Amino acid sequence: MRLELQKITKQFPGVLANDRISISVDKGQVLGLLGENGAGKTTLMNILSGLYKPDSGKILIDGKERIFRDPAQAIDAGIGMVHQHFMLVPVFDVTESVVLGNEPTKGPLGSFDRATARAQVAELSKRHGLHVDPDAKIESLPVGVRQRVEILKALYRKSDILVLDEPSAVLTPQETEELFEIIRGLARGGTSVIFITHKLNEVIAVADKITVLRRGAVAGETIPKKATAAKLAEMMVGREVQLTVSRSKSKVAEPILQVKGLNVLNDAGGLAVNSATFDVRSGEILAVAGVQGNGQTELVEALTGLRLVDSGTVVLEKKPLHAGSPREIAMAGVAHIPEDRNRDGMVKGMTIAENYILNTYHLPQFNKNGLLNRKAIAAATEQAVKDFDIRTPSISTDIASLSGGNQQKVIVAREFSRNVRLVIAAQPTRGLDVGSIEYIHRRIVEQRDAGAAVLIVSTELDEVLALGDRVAVMYEGRIVGILDAKEATRERVGLLMGGITK
Amino acid sequence: MNGLKKFGSKIRIPALSISVALLVGALFIIFTDIEVLGGLLSDPIGALSLGVGRAATAYSALFRGAFGDPENIGKALASNGDIKLWARALRPIVESVVASVPLIFVGLGVSVAFRTGIFNIGGAGQYTMGAVGGTIAALVFGAGVTPAPIAILLVMIFGVIGGAAWAFIPGYLKARVGASEVITTIMLNFIAGQFVFFLVSNFEFIQKPPRNQPVSKELSQFVDLPGILPIAALRLDISIIIALLTAVAVSWFLFRSTRGFELRAAGLNLAAAKYAGIGAGTSIITAMLISGAISGLGGALVAVGTIKQLSPGIGGSVGFTAIAVALVGGTRPSGVVATALVFGLLQHGGSLMQVETSIPIEMLLFIQALVIAFIAAPELTLGILKNPFRRRPRSVGK
Repeated sequence: MRLELQKITKQFPGVLANDRISISVDKGQVLGLLGENGAGKTTLMNILSGLYKPDSGKILIDGKERIFRDPAQAIDAGIGMVHQHFMLVPVFDVTESVVLGNEPTKGPLGSFDRATARAQVAELSKRHGLHVDPDAKIESLPVGVRQRVEILKALYRKSDILVLDEPSAVLTPQETEELFEIIRGLARGGTSVIFITHKLNEVIAVADKITVLRRGAVAGETIPKKATAAKLAEMMVGREVQLTVSRSKSKVAEPILQVKGLNVLNDAGGLAVNSATFDVRSGEILAVAGVQGNGQTELVEALTGLRLVDSGTVVLEKKPLHAGSPREIAMAGVAHIPEDRNRDGMVKGMTIAENYILNTYHLPQFNKNGLLNRKAIAAATEQAVKDFDIRTPSISTDIASLSGGNQQKVIVAREFSRNVRLVIAAQPTRGLDVGSIEYIHRRIVEQRDAGAAVLIVSTELDEVLALGDRVAVMYEGRIVGILDAKEATRERVGLLMGGITK
Repeated sequence: MNGLKKFGSKIRIPALSISVALLVGALFIIFTDIEVLGGLLSDPIGALSLGVGRAATAYSALFRGAFGDPENIGKALASNGDIKLWARALRPIVESVVASVPLIFVGLGVSVAFRTGIFNIGGAGQYTMGAVGGTIAALVFGAGVTPAPIAILLVMIFGVIGGAAWAFIPGYLKARVGASEVITTIMLNFIAGQFVFFLVSNFEFIQKPPRNQPVSKELSQFVDLPGILPIAALRLDISIIIALLTAVAVSWFLFRSTRGFELRAAGLNLAAAKYAGIGAGTSIITAMLISGAISGLGGALVAVGTIKQLSPGIGGSVGFTAIAVALVGGTRPSGVVATALVFGLLQHGGSLMQVETSIPIEMLLFIQALVIAFIAAPELTLGILKNPFRRRPRSVGK
């Protein structure tokens, strides 16, 4: 089927989310839809799947206009969505998950016809080359396989147009490669695919056609043969960007952070970090790679005082750290760029100045006998806004109204405002535009060059490889390998991310 | 100019909400009138004009009850300083202010908790326990035992202690075991009322002779709060001044002090506050103590100064109206004071409306409830009165 969206416009209070966006995908074609967070990709897909109604514009399928009042109508029209966060019931098996909602029935009472369902699922998975055991329980499956189940679900509902929203976010590089094979196979079989991502290399690898969105409008269209990562980035951002981090060799000195046999529990009481042992030395960046949810979050929380350490030792410059509170650890010279900046890193509803002093307000320079020294706070914040090129109308603007990149700059400025011995940066560039990524990477490298030890945790392999002087890989709570930058190839790190240590 | 614009944008929603609520209230008056409904089919125009007339009469009474009768004011102006005429002209507006005093205190009190992210709906209980503290202080230290200013100060201090102690309980329980403050504060509201009942029916020292009613002795015999108006017949005492000073103090505390900074950070984003090393437990207990202290101070001053008696129903509807005041006022001290004044006007104006027309004072509760509903749903309010205040898309540099 050929799908065409014509001049779709959607206005939300205060934001023009989609501004006359036109895209199209032919039968058997893979359309890569590229854009940064906030470029309008998700809104557009929600319109396509019947969740939102466009203010104006048309949806055409095989040349005929269709209007979707709810998601059910979009599904009937053959549009299948695979969301970034899977919608699966953990205790169901694959067959049940795939047919849920459209179960084949038998008998007068319409009871569930398991045998037919199983046969249908097996046939479907064979036909499309999606290898899944129809009897496996969802909770026992790795993320990559769960994604296949989601795709099967869409195909089972006879989707001719498959929409994949950021499908590689949770996959290892090898799993991503397998996903691309599946997508190519589906396209050969006549399914149209819309592949949404912000990763430049992925669209070049898998798409037949690329549409780039910027600030709610189409910024350009191209085909992979003519595109380069640099060109696409430029289209996405609107200006030229530098994709690689330029940095000198590190001058490594004494260890600053020493972690030995660290065990940390997750909220459910399970072992999230399993006897982690590593050092981070002055003047080097240790980048921790791993698929999301392999204990990285708990590791960082334990190191920064937000989570209790179960056992093991953490030493910062020869002083034990693990019993400290977040404040003591920050004052000991640790800068922490948190993984989830909306949750931990800033207080929306407070101004930029207030966020800038969020964890230093109690220091003598800002605190005079229990009162905030507003002059000193304003002066320090003004300086930070200048130094870090934070784009804001004023320092008394609510931080919530800044773009993600500028919010992150406020956080980075705050964390680097103290005397820094150790930087702990978790997903420091998640959801940021290419320009801000470049900037934040540069700032982190500057800290390294100034002699700080840097620990970066990232699920973006590109980021890990670009920044790490050494690369550690976490898998199921263990550090399964620490490689020097020279040995850390995409393949080796990718295998370790999947838990394969040979 | 910028300041004016900012002010305008702040009061836009509350002002619209109050206007729309009054409008809907008028429709309600019109369409709940039996005569109007009866005539609607046979003579719609006549019936409607009758209804509009009734609503106009009601609102006229509401206005005169709230602000004063223009006729009386005219007479007072012409009288060349006749105290009696002046008292009559000014009584409504003064009484409206008097009605707003408890709302200012409790509104400020719960605002501090709300700002910290604690839904303290125990304003009524904390106010009541403050009244208990103030009453006991008045009975013990008043009537010449200590000099009048000292007695007044002790009334205030005991009020603060009573309210803070009552608020400490839910604060401690939330900080320690995570007990929901919504439930504990509601329960403590009931307990406070019953505690007053116990006090005023069991102790000769407190209960009014001949001890056949559950009320305290007349407190004016013990402590008298000085009035602030030159006309003695108008009962506006220093509690309004103290209320306004408290508002300034709360504003200063919230926005200037490091403690206030901690509380606001914890209220807006507890995870980020923890990240910044701000202890959640300490913030909760501090906020509840301050919150209760302010409500308690109000309870003591109103019981001793305005009502001049302690009775089990003293918390009455104050607690819940004050929550509305805090929310409508955006938990901002200036907003709370302004909203409390508006609610005071509605409350006192409503009593005249009830006297002059057959419309019950519950109509005012209905209007108050509408105000809250409209404020809670600003899009709805803006939708009803579209266009003049249309929002423009905001764009901030990337």
